Amino acid sequence: MKELKASMAGTVLNVLAAEGEAVSAGQAVLTIESMKMEIPIEAEFGGKVEKIHVEVGGFVNEGDLLLTVGE
Amino acid sequence: MTKTTETTGYNERLEQKLAKIFAGGQQKYHEKMKESNKLFVRDRLKLLFDDEHYAEDGRFANVEAEDLPADGVVTAIGKVNGETVCVMANDSTVKAGSWGSRTVEKIIRIQETAEKMQVPMLYLVDSAGARITDQLDMFPNRRGAGKIFHNQVRMSGMVPQVCLLFGPSAAGGAYIPAFCDIVIMVDGNASMYLGSPRMAEKVIGEKVTLEEMGGARMHCTVSGVGDVLVATEEEAISEARRYLQNFPANFAIKPEKIEAKAAKAGRSLEAIIPENQNAPFDMYELIDQLVDEGSFFDIKKLFAGELITGIARIDGQVVGILANQPKVKGGVLFGDSADKGAKFINLCDAFSIPLLFLADVPGFMIGTKVERAGIIRHGAKFIAAMSSATVPKISVIVRKAYGAGLYAMAGPAFEPDVCIALPTAQIAVMGPEAAVNAVYSNKIEAIEDPKERLQYVQQKHQEYKEEIDIYRLASELIIDEIVAPHQLRSVLSQRLSFYETKDLPLPYRKHPIYPV
Repeated sequence: MKELKASMAGTVLNVLAAEGEAVSAGQAVLTIESMKMEIPIEAEFGGKVEKIHVEVGGFVNEGDLLLTVGE
Repeated sequence: MTKTTETTGYNERLEQKLAKIFAGGQQKYHEKMKESNKLFVRDRLKLLFDDEHYAEDGRFANVEAEDLPADGVVTAIGKVNGETVCVMANDSTVKAGSWGSRTVEKIIRIQETAEKMQVPMLYLVDSAGARITDQLDMFPNRRGAGKIFHNQVRMSGMVPQVCLLFGPSAAGGAYIPAFCDIVIMVDGNASMYLGSPRMAEKVIGEKVTLEEMGGARMHCTVSGVGDVLVATEEEAISEARRYLQNFPANFAIKPEKIEAKAAKAGRSLEAIIPENQNAPFDMYELIDQLVDEGSFFDIKKLFAGELITGIARIDGQVVGILANQPKVKGGVLFGDSADKGAKFINLCDAFSIPLLFLADVPGFMIGTKVERAGIIRHGAKFIAAMSSATVPKISVIVRKAYGAGLYAMAGPAFEPDVCIALPTAQIAVMGPEAAVNAVYSNKIEAIEDPKERLQYVQQKHQEYKEEIDIYRLASELIIDEIVAPHQLRSVLSQRLSFYETKDLPLPYRKHPIYPV
């Protein structure tokens, strides 16, 4: 199981993957709005999304857990 | 017939000695090298130099010891891309490339040669560190290992200094890469650390692998001590050769113009740049349209990707590019990106490489996390380096340039030789949304009808956009030129050739107080 963490602080604008869905490395799985910019967050690794830890509109700080991805 | 002439005897003795030296350390260590895809030091040098030939000093160092050929380091002078360079290269088949007194003396001497000849100094590092048994002869004395670093600092900005890291660079030895202009690291084999994992476990109780703590990938992505991550030693050597093509032999010489090439075929800048200021796009695609195809040499590609730094050619003229990358962290500047930008500017400015800034920046990051990490002092490094650079500086406002982001990207106040705006440019203290919110938030909240409130906000956005309209800024002489995106490459090429003669005297003083 691998963890995808927020690369910077911001608000979750939308979640582009669902729990149980297979994602591949480099795929945008989430958009964070920060400094008025839309920032695509890409999966650093492929796998099945096990849990989404954030919700749309919520604040995330740098280093916060966004998704856990299983094998 | 008997072989009795004295000459033959002398030569035989010499040849025997040479054969032993050229063979390096014991066979088992050569085999170990092969297993981990490492090349023998003399094979590395053959790949590095133009014609496989080089002159070597101190070849017979420690020859009487029998088991320490060249005392574990080859120091040589030869040609790379037709230009003379000096090289030190550890031989890790000899006592794991560790440093004895003669090893250190040889490194110091080749550095002195590089300084006297005013040519680049290359460090091919693959060393376990000091020979502790020899410490009094090589560690604390006047011509001990410290002198190597002292020389590096002295030569910094005088001649290019390049580190190719093939294996470990341990403890004090880790400062060789740290004082170089650029560090190329081989993935899986290269490492840098002050204390080994074994020492970390003994001294502070941490259990960690070498790769996690000091591996090439970690240093090129997280710490930023590494600049270029490569898969093989052959690639490291060819990247070093490619890097050096952009540099003069020393600070007093200007870099040479090479044959021009067309830019890579691709979409026009008009198609690449989204109209919506907040939407991401890939700045690399834009850079490809500005530079000669295949000329971009990316520095710290994997570190602080929100700021791209690299050396390229435009119509054969060398240029150092700093560009915000909207695709990564929105192109917002952080402490790491500020460090990255500052070092890159220092590098280019030292060797007369003009600077091109491509601004699309929402500003420096805000929030508790970055303030506690000292983003103000990191940002100050970047702005100070940019501000004190005396090479030609061309500032291009691609899209937004907000707040101190405008300053860092060589905005008008920092004496760029020209500040060019694309029609998509937007220069302001902050973006329309943030500004309207900051100025009118009380009024906005007081309007109860949501429709009316939205109308009011939109009206204020419109007014704000008119105030910062790029033609208004051009009319006020804040920016010097507005250029159609598809003409940018030819405009830049022309400007670079016009600014070749730039000669700015340095302020009279010893040196500034660097904001570090």
